[in-house]
Amino acid sequence: MEESNVVQDQLESEVQEPDLVPISTAPALDRKSVRAEQRRELFRTPSFLIGLFIVLLWLACGIVPEVFARYPELDPVRVDGQVIPRAAPSADAWFGTDGTGRDVFSRVVYGADNVLINAPAAALIAVALGALLGLIMGYYRGWVDEIMSRIMEAVLSLPVILLAIMVLVVFGASRLAIILTIAGLFTPVVTRTVRAAVLTESQLDYVAAAKLRGESGLFIMLREILPNITNVLVVEFTVRVGYAIFTVATLAFLGLGADDVTVADWGTDISQSYDLVKAGQWWPSIFPALAIAILVIGVNLIADSLDKVYKG
Amino acid sequence: MTAVMDSEIPIDRGDPNTAALAVQDLKLVYHVRGNPRDVLRGVTFQIRPGEAYGLVGESGCGKSTTAYAALRYLPTNGEITGGQVLADGRNITAMPASELRKFRATDAAMVYQDPVQALNPALKIGKQVAECYRIIGQGKEEAAESALQALTRVHIADPRSVLDRYPHQLSGGMLQRVVIAMGLAGDPKLLVLDEPTTGLDATVEAEVLDLVRELRSQTDAAVLLIAHNLGVIRTMCDRVGVMYAGRMVEEAPADELFDQPRHPYTIGLMNAIPRAGLRKTDRALSTIPGNMPPIGSELRTCVYVDRCPLASDLCRTEVPPIVALNDGRWTRCHHSDQVTEITAPEEKIPLYDAGDKRVLELNHVSKTFRQKGRDIPALVSVDLGFAEGETLGLVGESGSGKSTLAKAMLGVHAADPGSEMVLDGKPMKAEATARRREAIQALQMVFQNPDSALNRSWTVRRILKRTVTTLTGVKGEAADKRVEEIAEAMRLSHHHLDVRPRQLSGGLKQRVAIARAFAGDPRLVVCDEPTSALDVSVQAAILNLLANLQHDERISYLFITHDIGVVRYLADRIAVMYVGRIMEKGATDDLFKGPVHPYTEALLSAVPSVDGVAKERIPLTGEIPTPANPPPGCVFHTRCQYHMPGVCDVEVPPAVEVSPRHIIVCHLPIDQMPTPVKLTKGNGQVVA
Repeated sequence: MEESNVVQDQLESEVQEPDLVPISTAPALDRKSVRAEQRRELFRTPSFLIGLFIVLLWLACGIVPEVFARYPELDPVRVDGQVIPRAAPSADAWFGTDGTGRDVFSRVVYGADNVLINAPAAALIAVALGALLGLIMGYYRGWVDEIMSRIMEAVLSLPVILLAIMVLVVFGASRLAIILTIAGLFTPVVTRTVRAAVLTESQLDYVAAAKLRGESGLFIMLREILPNITNVLVVEFTVRVGYAIFTVATLAFLGLGADDVTVADWGTDISQSYDLVKAGQWWPSIFPALAIAILVIGVNLIADSLDKVYKG
Repeated sequence: MTAVMDSEIPIDRGDPNTAALAVQDLKLVYHVRGNPRDVLRGVTFQIRPGEAYGLVGESGCGKSTTAYAALRYLPTNGEITGGQVLADGRNITAMPASELRKFRATDAAMVYQDPVQALNPALKIGKQVAECYRIIGQGKEEAAESALQALTRVHIADPRSVLDRYPHQLSGGMLQRVVIAMGLAGDPKLLVLDEPTTGLDATVEAEVLDLVRELRSQTDAAVLLIAHNLGVIRTMCDRVGVMYAGRMVEEAPADELFDQPRHPYTIGLMNAIPRAGLRKTDRALSTIPGNMPPIGSELRTCVYVDRCPLASDLCRTEVPPIVALNDGRWTRCHHSDQVTEITAPEEKIPLYDAGDKRVLELNHVSKTFRQKGRDIPALVSVDLGFAEGETLGLVGESGSGKSTLAKAMLGVHAADPGSEMVLDGKPMKAEATARRREAIQALQMVFQNPDSALNRSWTVRRILKRTVTTLTGVKGEAADKRVEEIAEAMRLSHHHLDVRPRQLSGGLKQRVAIARAFAGDPRLVVCDEPTSALDVSVQAAILNLLANLQHDERISYLFITHDIGVVRYLADRIAVMYVGRIMEKGATDDLFKGPVHPYTEALLSAVPSVDGVAKERIPLTGEIPTPANPPPGCVFHTRCQYHMPGVCDVEVPPAVEVSPRHIIVCHLPIDQMPTPVKLTKGNGQVVA
């Protein structure tokens, strides 16, 4: 494998340039950038395309739910003027109806937006903070690194959900609070990954060369090192989005989601209907759960493909 | 047009069925995105039992692929599309997988470049070596006993304790011995060595090569050796094949190939090497214009035609014939009778007087690291002076403190208090961050590996412009103009300025790195093995460039290298370091004439030369002492063959000026100091 990669590398990335021929006869350079090649490879990876399709579909549900939903979000389904709660899946209600007779399918469609806003926002903040801290720790090392590492480890040793519940109970479960809490809890993990990447970069001679011409630490971190770890950040972001989706849904399930429980939300809907499973009425809770699972799978497919393309 | 088959090689090398390895018209492709790309285009050669065969050529010529393919060890996208490989009469290319596995376990052994990657870091050495014997059917205790014997056989110091150690506790040289010991488990008849000593020190390299030579004479195993260091090939091999773009272009006994090459490509390679005492004042090194055709390109006629000085219309239309020469050698060329007309370049680096004006003066520069409460003196009172426009070559084993000295000069590591660094008559602060801008500007560096030294997300233009603006304060259009000027001086084109380093070849990348070092008008540039990662033809171009730049800009160099040929070519003066101390310094000519320090003698004799074999190698046994625990008296006495008990191990030796400005730190009387060993060719002739 090792060798085939090397060979591929030679074939694909290195423009063969005559070393010492007179400049005028040098052939025009192939300007295809590495990024363009990676993009092309991505769009040829089936798992990436499937992941992208899934995520785009949910995004569409989140943005224009009325296009996909068959019934309104809040009103029960009426068949011949009658509300039938807990109806099994049928042609009228594909995913059945819930305890108050609302269409589960439409609830799933309407419920997408909450997760799709909170999870990426939290992941984005976590990656931004983690990148900053990781750069500082990996570049300066020494006691800064030591102290911050210990703090990160302390946070990492506690269960995420438990911490989140504590914070949200104290500060209230507003959307902003949820996003910031999840971001804060994910930051140490991101920091650790970024720090490792920065450590490797810092060993490279271009950093030494920058120091030799008297560049400031800030310049070296942000302008020299940061552009070389964007791949790590992109992968880290997608992976964190996957985890954040779970966390957002779990918190909503525990009642720490939106204040209004009638608004469609996957986690909230599961929590309101999960005891019906015991009575054999699985559909009001299983379908939102499936929605979460499918979205997470989609995001992770993208994350895996990105990781593979960047590392390949 | 009919291709000339390699099987038509008119040299009788015996029955292929009795050869240790017979590669016959081997063709191989790598599948890239579903497209097959030619890598080997019909390679034929034979290794007789007990013979050592070397493959040489620039990177990408297919020599490593050939070695791997010989054991059918291919990457997943590699496919043999023609020809066959016979080992001792058995067809490797047609073997079922189970038989192939058995063949690799017992009849062949492979030693790779990096022993660290070849060993499992989590298992003890003893367990890993014994494993090789378990595979060939030995019981647990028998295998453990065999492992001990194997380590003894490769002359590892204290083999019994090595069995109980983990790989990270051993040095690179010891690890490579372990890997060789593992390879010997089945008493293989064929040893494939892929750059076995790259990454090892010259002295360690010499020992590993001695070991391979000794084992070969004991076991009569055949050897296939790949090495980019042509000196290693010459000292180790009986016969050498030259590869180019997936084809063999010439094959000859080693001595003849190096002394009378008969293919234009081989001649180009040989003229590119600084050898036989060549100095920059003698002539420029010859380079091979252009690049090797990339893997997969279509080559209908002579593979070398685009770069050949003899290329004629015939070469562009007809596949060249294989021409048999005397003594069982051959070359693949239309003009084999004219190749002797290819001459080395006449161009000289204009001579100039380095003069007495001192750019930088180091007085009593020391550097002590603190580790776990202990002082580790990595540099001990180094005195060195750099004249304007002078090249000082710095040689010594790894761990001798060469890089530490460079870093102390550059201010990356702050030298100890009391160290004095004087730049243009003004004292300079120890730390780069505390230095005046002129001092930062004055000292720049060319790193060993351009891949690491250039920011891969920056364009070449940005790399150079940033250096110009930060170091010289020139901004805007003036800086742009300066960048263009520098690029032109480095023979980089406009195209090259707007790409990122990844899109450039190794030689071009190193040009960019050199351009950056020169962009701020430095006074002194530290070159840390700037050509060790490059092919010899590219190395020649870089060395020419460095020599010319120095002449034009009167810049001084500190040139760190392991390559004695390179340092002799480029350096005006040479300093030899050992355990953080300068043991000897003097003009290059004086140093190679002698007398020299016993350490210099050993160092020079250890380096495998392309010109011949050292008549006797001065052994440099044992490991270099750690700076944490330097031997008392002369630090070299533990490995010195002239060691005088009661003197060398007690008193620090004096600095003796054996001739003007040639200083040796040694207790020996001047008339008893050694002179560098002479090299001999295969026919016993002594090289001047």
